[in-house]
Amino acid sequence: MASKELLLQLSPVALLERFPYLESFFSTVMVKMEGNDNRPLNSILKDIEEQEAEDGAFDAESFIAQLQDYILQMQSFLGQDNEQVDKLTILPGTDKSGMPEQFDALVFEKSKITSIVGPTGSGKSRLLADIEWVAQGDTPTGRSILVNDERPTNDWRFASGKKLVAQLSQNMNFVMDLSVTEFLEMHARSRMIANENQVISKIIEAANELAGEKFSPQAPITSLSGGQSRALMIADTAMLSQSPVVLIDEIENAGIDRKKALQILVGEEKIVLMATHDPILALMADQRIVIKNGGIQAVIQTTPQEKKLLTRLEEADKKLQQLRTKLRSGEVLNYKDQ
Amino acid sequence: MQRGVKVGAVKFDCLHTDDDQAYQKAGIPVKKGLSGSLCPDHYFVSNIEAVLEWGLNEGFDLLISESAGLCNRCSPYVKEIKAICVIDNLSGINTPKKIGPMLRMADIVVITKGDIVSQAEREVFAARVHSVNPTAIIMNINGLTGQGAYELSTLLFDQDKHIDSLKGRKLRFSLPAALCSYCLGETRIGESYQMGNVRKIKLEENHNGK
Repeated sequence: MASKELLLQLSPVALLERFPYLESFFSTVMVKMEGNDNRPLNSILKDIEEQEAEDGAFDAESFIAQLQDYILQMQSFLGQDNEQVDKLTILPGTDKSGMPEQFDALVFEKSKITSIVGPTGSGKSRLLADIEWVAQGDTPTGRSILVNDERPTNDWRFASGKKLVAQLSQNMNFVMDLSVTEFLEMHARSRMIANENQVISKIIEAANELAGEKFSPQAPITSLSGGQSRALMIADTAMLSQSPVVLIDEIENAGIDRKKALQILVGEEKIVLMATHDPILALMADQRIVIKNGGIQAVIQTTPQEKKLLTRLEEADKKLQQLRTKLRSGEVLNYKDQ
Repeated sequence: MQRGVKVGAVKFDCLHTDDDQAYQKAGIPVKKGLSGSLCPDHYFVSNIEAVLEWGLNEGFDLLISESAGLCNRCSPYVKEIKAICVIDNLSGINTPKKIGPMLRMADIVVITKGDIVSQAEREVFAARVHSVNPTAIIMNINGLTGQGAYELSTLLFDQDKHIDSLKGRKLRFSLPAALCSYCLGETRIGESYQMGNVRKIKLEENHNGK
């Protein structure tokens, strides 16, 4: 790792050559710090006038410390791409009344879906918070989380760019004023991935496959319909999110192919958790956990009977979808159509 | 409070605040200070000693000072005292760059309203916050469900750290400066009414960006 002394002897040009990702760091500094400057940092810092520093909210000492930290974190961030999360394990804690949870170890594997059922306020948020914070017996439930069968490092809590859980919920909206392509470019750049264009076109293609109605790459994201937005969010989260775990809070039934949506997430080797009361979604999962009174009350493997039932439910669902499509295109429905 | 930590709070603001009621509802003793026409940061730093004294007299283990955070040049942090900046995902993607010492010098940055924007926007926003302040711990907290709040609380209180006095302590960064005729109540517009710390916009430089 570069020492502060070494960094001070390098010029912005030399720094950018060695650490190209510093561009975004330099762009946040409000005093004169141009990328084409060939003078070493310590002479630039010496030349900054007090008034200029004051105006730009610039403090030389913390600047160097943050520069060093940024490089350090970026190096570990870029080096961690190979570090896969294949498996997440929850060790039991207690429910709200202090009763121990009745399971030995709850395992979530990559490419597997777990549904979460239980009334509102039963403790779903708490469970998710435990996972996000990689609880180590230090949250109100007393649960512990293992990553790849091991006690995780504190990085999962504190390192930026290393978050365990990505979330998709029904209340989410796009708020930025950008086109679909610009938006995905921005996300890709923040992740600093190599094959940006390839990933972006893959995401748009996948999203269009999920959404009932297709959208163009130039469409403003805020103009997308509910189904199209959801489709884009799912495809983007599957292919561009840094997080190995995806938590879905219900997927509405309209305007999106839910089965395909789950397949995309599973195909990208995500660990999928899905809070739902929709029988079709719940039974698509490999297992489901029942939450009651703040604790996990039961872990149920989806039974062969349930899988059989699922096929029938999907048939019924398909019929409903067909009727919806017919209605949309202005047709009159027949009694026989059911 | 469930862990037996005695908490008190003070809320600084400019014209009005109802935040003291929020603390009260949670059973936390609270004082509020309104700076009126003064910069709330200046008001804060001239009063924080007295507030600390109040906190010591009340026997609090933890005293929260919440600033107004009105302008992007706010700088209400004291060296060696835990500093938290709260910003939300809806404030705009370039906001992290626009905020000065309040964000750059914070130990912990709390990002809220993540439940209503997309995962991508959350990730980009957090990445931008990180590029402005790489040393801070960045946490996403949901103010409605409280998700993440417990975790934040574990980072606030340090059993071994006690503050008996602020005398001689230093701010992490100088406060926004001002002392011109308008600070003192001038309302008329025109060169001849401008006195003291006045600065002029550089219009000829504006076209090339900076």
